[in-house]
Amino acid sequence: MTRSITLGQYIPGQSFIHRLNPRLKILILVLILVLLFLLETFGALLASLAAALAMFALAGIPFSYLMRGLRPIFYIALFALIIYFFFTSGGVVLLRIGFITVESEGVEQGLFIVARLVVLVLFSLLVTLTTTPLSLTHGMGYFLKPLRYAGLPTEEVAMIMAVALRFIPTLMEESQRLMRAQLARGADFETGSIFRKAGNMVPLIVPLFVSAFRRADELALAMEARGYRIGARRTRMHEDIITLKDWGALALVLVLVALVWAFSL
Amino acid sequence: MAAQPSTIIEAKDVDFYYPGGEDADSPALSGINLTVNQGEYVALVGPNGSGKTTFLKLLNALLIPTHGQVLVKGISTAVESTLPEVRRVCGMIFQNPDNQLVATTVEEDIAFGLENLALPPEEIRNRVFKTAALLGLEKLLSQPPHLLSGGEKQRVAIAGVLVMEPECILMDEPTAMLDPAGRRDVLNTVRELNRNRNIAVIHVTHFPEEAAGTDRVVILNEGKLAADGASAEVMTDLQFLHGLGLQGTTAVELAALLRQDSFPLPPQILYNRELVDSLCSLGQNS
Ligand SMILES: Nc1ncnc2c1ncn2[C@@H]1O[C@H](COP(=O)(O)OP(=O)(O)O)[C@@H](O)[C@H]1O
Ligand SMILES: [Mg+2]
Repeated sequence: MTRSITLGQYIPGQSFIHRLNPRLKILILVLILVLLFLLETFGALLASLAAALAMFALAGIPFSYLMRGLRPIFYIALFALIIYFFFTSGGVVLLRIGFITVESEGVEQGLFIVARLVVLVLFSLLVTLTTTPLSLTHGMGYFLKPLRYAGLPTEEVAMIMAVALRFIPTLMEESQRLMRAQLARGADFETGSIFRKAGNMVPLIVPLFVSAFRRADELALAMEARGYRIGARRTRMHEDIITLKDWGALALVLVLVALVWAFSL
Repeated sequence: MAAQPSTIIEAKDVDFYYPGGEDADSPALSGINLTVNQGEYVALVGPNGSGKTTFLKLLNALLIPTHGQVLVKGISTAVESTLPEVRRVCGMIFQNPDNQLVATTVEEDIAFGLENLALPPEEIRNRVFKTAALLGLEKLLSQPPHLLSGGEKQRVAIAGVLVMEPECILMDEPTAMLDPAGRRDVLNTVRELNRNRNIAVIHVTHFPEEAAGTDRVVILNEGKLAADGASAEVMTDLQFLHGLGLQGTTAVELAALLRQDSFPLPPQILYNRELVDSLCSLGQNS
C-alpha cells in the first residue's frame, strides 16, 4: 500500500547509479536537464530516452515504477499536446475540423515537447529511486550550505527535511487507515460540490493533525533521549566521499553536453 | 557522590512536579528512593497515571527532579555538561515503535545516537554492523522503518540504544502495541541482553506475566513507591495488587479462585507451570 508512494521512495540496490555520490548525482541530473533543453532533434531525444531506459535497467528498477512515476504528468502531457496540435500553425495541414486545423508543425512540436518532458521526468525519477531520501536531502543541503553564512540553520533544516521524509509514508498510511474507518461509517469523500467535499474531509484532517502533533512530541523526546542537541556538532555514518568513478560520470555528462551544444543535435 | 561501584541508578528523595501541571500540591512523583544495580531486571508497574513514565524520564534526564537527586553511575542528571554520558549509560525505548525511529533507513537509525556523539564515520559503521548482527537485523539494514513489523521496529530501537554500549535500558511499555509474536521477540531480545551483557533493565509493563518474569518488581501508586521486592513476593500478593486496581498473572488469579473453593493450593504459585504441577499432584493425591 505505502509502496505506491513513488516520490522519494528509494528502491534499495547496489548498482553503479545507486552508489554514485548524491551531491554529484544531483549535479549530473541538473546537467542532464540542461542537456535535454539543448537537444534539437528527435534522434537525439530518442537516444536520451534509450539512455534513460538503459539506466533504469542497470539500476534494476521494475518497469511498473517507471509507469507509476510517469502517471502524474499524464494530464500535463495531454494538455500540451492539445495546445500544440490545435494552436500551432505551419507545415502541411493534416486535419481539418470546421475552422480548426491540425498542422504538421504543431504535431511535431507537441510530440517533441512531450517526449522531452517524459525523458526529463524519467531522469529525475531515476535519481529519486536510486538515492535514499536522506542522501538526497543531504546532497541538496550541501548546495544550500552557503546560506549558512546568511544565518540560516542549514544543518537543522536538513534534519527537519530528513525527519519529514521519514514520516511521510507513516502519515500516508495513517490517513488511508482513517479514510477507511470513515468510509466504513458512511463518510463520502467523492460526491458533492468542492465545499461539501472539503467539509467531508474535516473528520479526516483533524485527527491526522492531532496525531501528527502527538508524534512530533514523542519524536522530539526520543531524539533528545538519544543525545540529539540543536547546534551540537554531528558526524554521519556514511561519509560523503567523491570517488574517481563519480568524477568520471560527471566528466562523461559534461562531454555529452558539449557535443550536443557544439553540433546542435 | 559515593555510589557503590555496582550501582547504576540511584534516586534520592525524588519529588517531581510538572511545571504548569494541574495544581502545585499534587506532585507526579514524591519521596522516591530507589537503587538499581548492574545487571538487575526490574519491572515497574502501577495504575495509569501513577508516574511510571515520569519516573523513567527522570532516569534519562529528559526530566530533572524538582527536589532530590537522580544519579546515573554517580553522575547527577541535573548537570548539563554530563548529559551525553547519562543518556549513553541509560538508553530509553518508548511505547510507540513508530515515533522513536528518526532516520529513513534502519542502519542510519541505529547510527543516530553515535552520530550525535560526533564519532568518526568508520567507527560508527563498525559499531552499527556489529550491533545489527548481534540482534539479527543484518538483512533489514537498508530498509525504511515503515516497512518493518512492530516487533522489528522495537528491535531496531533496541539496537539504537545498544549501539551506545549502555549499562541500563529503560523501557516504557515496549510491547503494548505489538502482536504476540512481536512481544515475544522483543522480550527475548531484552532478556538475552540482560543475561549475557549484564545490562540492567527497567521495564514498565501492564502485563502481569511480563512483571512476573523479572527478578524484582517495583510498584508505583499515585506518585509514591507502593512496593519493591522480589517478583515472587510482590506479584503473588493478590489482595495488595487488587487494592491498587492491578491484576496478578493468570496462574495467581486462578489459584486464588480455586483456593476460595477450598482447594489446598500452595501460596507461592506464580507461573502457569507451577499451577499445572500443583493441580496434577492434587489430582493424584485425592
Ligand atoms: N506533560 C505533562 N504535563 C503535566 N502533567 C503530566 C504530564 N505528563 C504526565 N502528567 C501527569 O503526571 C502523572 C503521572 O503520569 P505518567 O508518568 O504518564 O503516568 P503513567 O506512565 O504511570 O501512566 C499523571 O497524573 C499525569 O496526568
Ligand atoms: Mg505511561
